[in-house]
Parts: sequence; structure tokens; C-alpha cells
Amino acid sequence: MEIINSGDSLTVMLSGEIDHHALLSLRGTIDAQIEQHTPRLLALDFGGVSFMDSSGIGLILGRRRVAEGYGGKVMIKNASGYVLKLIKLAGLTPMLMKQEVNNLL
Amino acid sequence: MNINNYFRLIIPSHSRNEAFARAAVAAFAAQLDPTVEEINDIKAAVSEAVTNCIVHAYPDKIGDIEIVGRIIEHDTFYIRIKDKGLGIADIKQAMLPLFSTCEEGERAGLGFAVMESFMDKLRVTSRPVKAGAAPSGTSVIMTKRVTSRYE
Ligand SMILES: Nc1ncnc2c1ncn2[C@@H]1O[C@H](COP(=O)(O)OP(=O)(O)OP(=O)(O)O)[C@@H](O)[C@H]1O
Ligand SMILES: [Mg+2]
Repeated sequence: MEIINSGDSLTVMLSGEIDHHALLSLRGTIDAQIEQHTPRLLALDFGGVSFMDSSGIGLILGRRRVAEGYGGKVMIKNASGYVLKLIKLAGLTPMLMKQEVNNLL
Repeated sequence: MNINNYFRLIIPSHSRNEAFARAAVAAFAAQLDPTVEEINDIKAAVSEAVTNCIVHAYPDKIGDIEIVGRIIEHDTFYIRIKDKGLGIADIKQAMLPLFSTCEEGERAGLGFAVMESFMDKLRVTSRPVKAGAAPSGTSVIMTKRVTSRYE
């Protein structure tokens, strides 16, 4: 995972397999960054994610709660294929960045 | 052709075994020549059921998870994931999308919804633990017909 801080926004580049086990360590790392930078926009980038289950949805919802606590907002970036299928199932399509919304059409 | 092939796997409920369990199941299911999407569906469903055993069945101890995979009628994959943990009091309610008994652990309550929508059939049997009785736990059975990618 790589985290890019650019003033107003924080981008988290997720990679590999996101399951309950991975979530246990990811969560704390991302939350520490949110608390430190209190970004207006937190972008979760799923471009490098090869697998995820509902734990990935829990990750999004949990980070949204933390970011909103600091007045920030969370968007989902580069979700495609399988990740997108899960995001649709979870009803989280309103959190997709604009280009992702285009991919849905 | 009627292949009678199966496996039986027992793993302790360590969270690091989640990746192993779905990879092992996917490797077995590969003999049906599933598409990439079908393999992902199977991996996600297994990941959900195994994670539920780890998180909900054995919340504060390590217990065994038994996974049985089987090829039935040469194009259908069968999987059973079983624990001897706490069990589920109200299965109907547990299977509702977004329902979760886990508040602080940030679960989305989507595990059963994933299993239900990514597999063809899902059957859950469970008995909640009773004082004095041996725990009987939860069993999740799923099947999925696989369309060979060579068809
Ligand atoms: N093997 C199990 N043993 C005991 N309880 C279970 C088991 N599997 C599921 N449950 C119960 O059913 C509920 C719903 O399960 P489901 O997988 O749909 O959601 P979740 O695990 O709470 O959240 P998510 O899967 O999205 O992380 C759980 O909250 C739990 O109470
Ligand atoms: Mg679950």
C-alpha cells in the first residue's frame, strides 16, 4: 500500500488481496494517516487490487466514518472488474469517482 | 463422464488461513475449467464463509474449520464449510443483507449476500450453543454450475 498526500486530498493505493486478515493491519495504517492529514477528500484507489470480499466493503465504510468525523469525504477510484461487481452489490456506486461512473454505462 | 472427485481440508481458525483456504478451493475447482469470473465468485464465497467461522463462530478462541469440496454431475462444484462454534440463533435474520451482529469490527453484513448472489445455491444449517451440550456449530453448503471456458 502506498499513500500519497497532496494537500487537500489523500490517496491510498491499495494492492493485492483485501480480506479480513489484510484489513486488520490496513485499517490502523490508513486511519493514522487520516488523523494526521485530516483530508477533505480521501481517495481509495483499487487499481492494484487482485481480490476482495465483503471485508473490502467494510474497509470503505469504516474509512468513510473516520474521514467524515474530520469533515472529509471518501471516493472510490479505479474500481474495475471484480471489485466493481462487489461495490455494486453493496450499493456503493454513489462513492465512485466520475470516470468509474462512466465505466458503468 | 462422471468424475467422483473430492477433497477434505481441516484448518484452524487463524485469519492468515483465509487466503490459503480460498486458494486451495480455487485450485481444486480449476479442474472444471471455470472462467476467471467464476473462479473469483467461488473464491469470494469461500472467503466469506471461512471468515465468518473465524470472526463469528470462534470469536475468542481458535477452532477447526472443515472444508469439503466435490465435483458433482461433472460440471457442478459443491462446497461445504463447517465449524463447531457458537452457531446462529436466527438464520433468516442473519442472512438478510446488511445484517451483522458485529458492531465494532466494521463488518458490512454482506457475507451471506455475496455467497447467495455469486453461487447458484446456498444452504445454511446451524444450532446455537447451549450450556451443557456439545457445540454443533454452523454448516454452509453452496453449489455452482461451471460453464467450461472451452465450451
Ligand atoms: N459461522 C458462523 N457462526 C456464527 N455466526 C455466524 C456465522 N456465519 C454468520 N454468522 C452470523 O450471521 C451474521 C451475518 O453474516 P454475514 O457474513 O452476512 O455478515 P458479517 O459477517 O456480519 O459482515 P461481513 O461478512 O460483511 O463482513 C453475522 O454477523 C453473524 O452474527
Ligand atoms: Mg461475514
